[in-house]
Amino acid sequence: MSTVPQMPKCWKVESKPHKFCPGCGHGLVLKALGEAIDELGIQEKAVFGADIGCSLLAWDFFDIDTVQTHHGRTTPVVTGVKRANPDTICIAYMGDGGGYAIGSQHLVNAAARNERITVILANNCNYAMTGGQMAPTTLPGMKTETSPYGRDVNEAGYPTQGPEMVAAITREGAYVARGTVSNLKQLKGYFKKALQNQMDGNGFSFVEALSTCPTNWRTNAKDTWAFLEKEMTQYFKVGEIKNPAAKEGESGE
Amino acid sequence: MTEKPIQEEKRAFLTGNEVVAWAALAAKADIMYGYPITPQNEIMHYWTRMAPKFGKRFLQTEDELSAGFTTLGGVLAGRKAFTATAGPGNTLMQEPMSMAEMMRIPSVVVVQQRGGPSTATVIYSQQEVTMTTFGGNGEGFRIVYSPSNHQELFDYTIKAFNTAWKYRFPTFVLGDGYQAKLRESLTLYDPEARGIELIEPEPFLGTEPVNGTKSYTNMRNTYNTEDELYDIIVRYGEEYKNIAPEVIEFQEFDCEDADVVIVSHGVVSRAAKGAVQELRSQGLKAGYFRPVTLRPFPADQLRAIADKTKTLLLVESSYGQMSKLVKEAIFGSTVALEYLLKPGVGVTSEELVAKVKQMI
Amino acid sequence: MSKTVKIALAGEGGQGVQSVAEIIAEAANEEGREALYIPNFGVEQRGGVSVAYLQIGDEPIGSPKFQTADIVVALSDRAVRRTKKYVGEETTFVYDTSIEGIEDDLPKNAARILAMPAIEVSKNELNPRVFNIIIMGAVIKATNVVSEDDAKAALEKKLGYKFEQNPSLRELNYNALSRGMELV
Repeated sequence: MSTVPQMPKCWKVESKPHKFCPGCGHGLVLKALGEAIDELGIQEKAVFGADIGCSLLAWDFFDIDTVQTHHGRTTPVVTGVKRANPDTICIAYMGDGGGYAIGSQHLVNAAARNERITVILANNCNYAMTGGQMAPTTLPGMKTETSPYGRDVNEAGYPTQGPEMVAAITREGAYVARGTVSNLKQLKGYFKKALQNQMDGNGFSFVEALSTCPTNWRTNAKDTWAFLEKEMTQYFKVGEIKNPAAKEGESGE
Repeated sequence: MTEKPIQEEKRAFLTGNEVVAWAALAAKADIMYGYPITPQNEIMHYWTRMAPKFGKRFLQTEDELSAGFTTLGGVLAGRKAFTATAGPGNTLMQEPMSMAEMMRIPSVVVVQQRGGPSTATVIYSQQEVTMTTFGGNGEGFRIVYSPSNHQELFDYTIKAFNTAWKYRFPTFVLGDGYQAKLRESLTLYDPEARGIELIEPEPFLGTEPVNGTKSYTNMRNTYNTEDELYDIIVRYGEEYKNIAPEVIEFQEFDCEDADVVIVSHGVVSRAAKGAVQELRSQGLKAGYFRPVTLRPFPADQLRAIADKTKTLLLVESSYGQMSKLVKEAIFGSTVALEYLLKPGVGVTSEELVAKVKQMI
Repeated sequence: MSKTVKIALAGEGGQGVQSVAEIIAEAANEEGREALYIPNFGVEQRGGVSVAYLQIGDEPIGSPKFQTADIVVALSDRAVRRTKKYVGEETTFVYDTSIEGIEDDLPKNAARILAMPAIEVSKNELNPRVFNIIIMGAVIKATNVVSEDDAKAALEKKLGYKFEQNPSLRELNYNALSRGMELV
């Protein structure tokens, strides 16, 4: 009997085991994504862009044409690819800092232009690669290296509601959802719909994946899961927000 | 198959921005990504009017970061993509160009320099020399052409595409607001009709399977160890040094017996040329040297002149950005240096003649 | 080979100095001569003094702007003040007679100062719309940079589509050109 866990076909075997920390959610997000790509049969046509932050560690994660870019700039790079070769299926993969802070203008404008690309954003409430600083998605009161006494909403505002923002600025044709690594089946389903939306030429697709960072959260396995499922979901509601394929009344929570 | 944009050679009377759009069409550029900034805007205006007729595309982005990175995306997808910018936009452009430098992504950026620092003027300067030659967190592994008239603007914009794709170093056409806005005549031509072979782009990403097998590309610009990075940069440095002799371009005349050689680049060299001709007609021994490539810089060529003449007069519409390149090029020479530095302002032949007369 | 002629045209936005310079430059180019025209431009899209720099010669033109013009045409009080720095000992300085309050601002060093009733002529004899064509006539007469016929051909090229719709416009423009030539 094989002891190697079953990997999606599009994972690059040579780069496994992957480089993410134990307990990190990225591996789970990329498992769901890999399965979605496999099931849609788009490995050869996909172009994967990896941002800076822990997401950059995905640069050789897949047997998929991949470019690792700069912090926040993955959205424009894959936009450029898609505009130049519409036959590709373009995925921009980033963290909350890359998507909601340094690259927010790109996310907003790509969404507003209804670019036929898929943005996947892992939200783990902090800047993990740089050592656990406050991110746009850090929860109120949550301690980080740059909010050692907890995020003060008077000073730092409230956590960015990314999918809700994208939903508000996109019109018909966009697919927007928020999933979580605690429900990989659902997350994979969102990824498939997001990619299908691009393949159908409908418009922009965006999935935020609630993810984990035990290293910077300084949590054990139990507390990590509790934070993801109990704390994060209070602010970040899981579900589909916009789905062009859904019948009337089917979208939303 | 759409028709060629330029069927036969013709004399045209155009603005420089229009010239750039024609040159990009002639060079078979496929797509332009751009963001509005004066004095570059009309490149986009002309491109968006002409490009659809030839099956070419345009994307107006949200800023120059995006214009630069989408351009790189277009190149990665296998298209001849380009962008154009100026001033503060060029500042933002340095980030994507540093990625191009690291990942050896061929890229063409046309810069129409405006006054600086900051917003300054939308008019003219030569104050983006340092940034364009050595910008970003890089080593200046770039190729920078500094044209002086519309014919050169056309020629070097076409050439820039070949240079970028041949050597895979980011390539810049460093124009300026005067060149962008002035009208003068030039000859438009189809480079292939003149026997200039245009390099075909190839995709880095989104490649087709070969014999039913797709080979996957994983590209990165991040390295884990100092040694990994060191090896790569040293290799790039060697390659850059090796190709420099065939990339370097310059012009000189009347330097052989000159007491003063005027060194200038770009549009300022037009004034220098006129001044040297005028001074010679008055029996004064003036010479002319002009780097056409600012990166790589024609260092050996200028050094040879520095060893023969008494004084180099460095003239530019900046507070000494070309002068820095010159001083590095002639390091060790004992030639005297004089300056006429006019940041953000044009230079005329008359003032150059006066300056040289006052020196001799 | 004749010397390159340097012309500075300055007026208020809407007086049409840029189109005059452009049409003359195109006429010279059509004649196979070397021409360079550059507008001044700044952050304001409208308003401010508009200056057109024009050079025409038989050899490639040097720097796009110049210190001293052969002819300076100033069409408003602000234009007079703005352009007197381009006047040298060999410069002809032309201004419109209707401009008031500039007596002290007229350049002292010009070779020739010429007051020209272009605004008045355009209003009383022709049409204010062809004011700039009168200026164009004056410029080509004073500088000989292009012939009257080539200037007409350039006008035809630029405004032909309007002339097609209203042939009387052609006559009006040609008259303005001739009238301008008579004023200098």
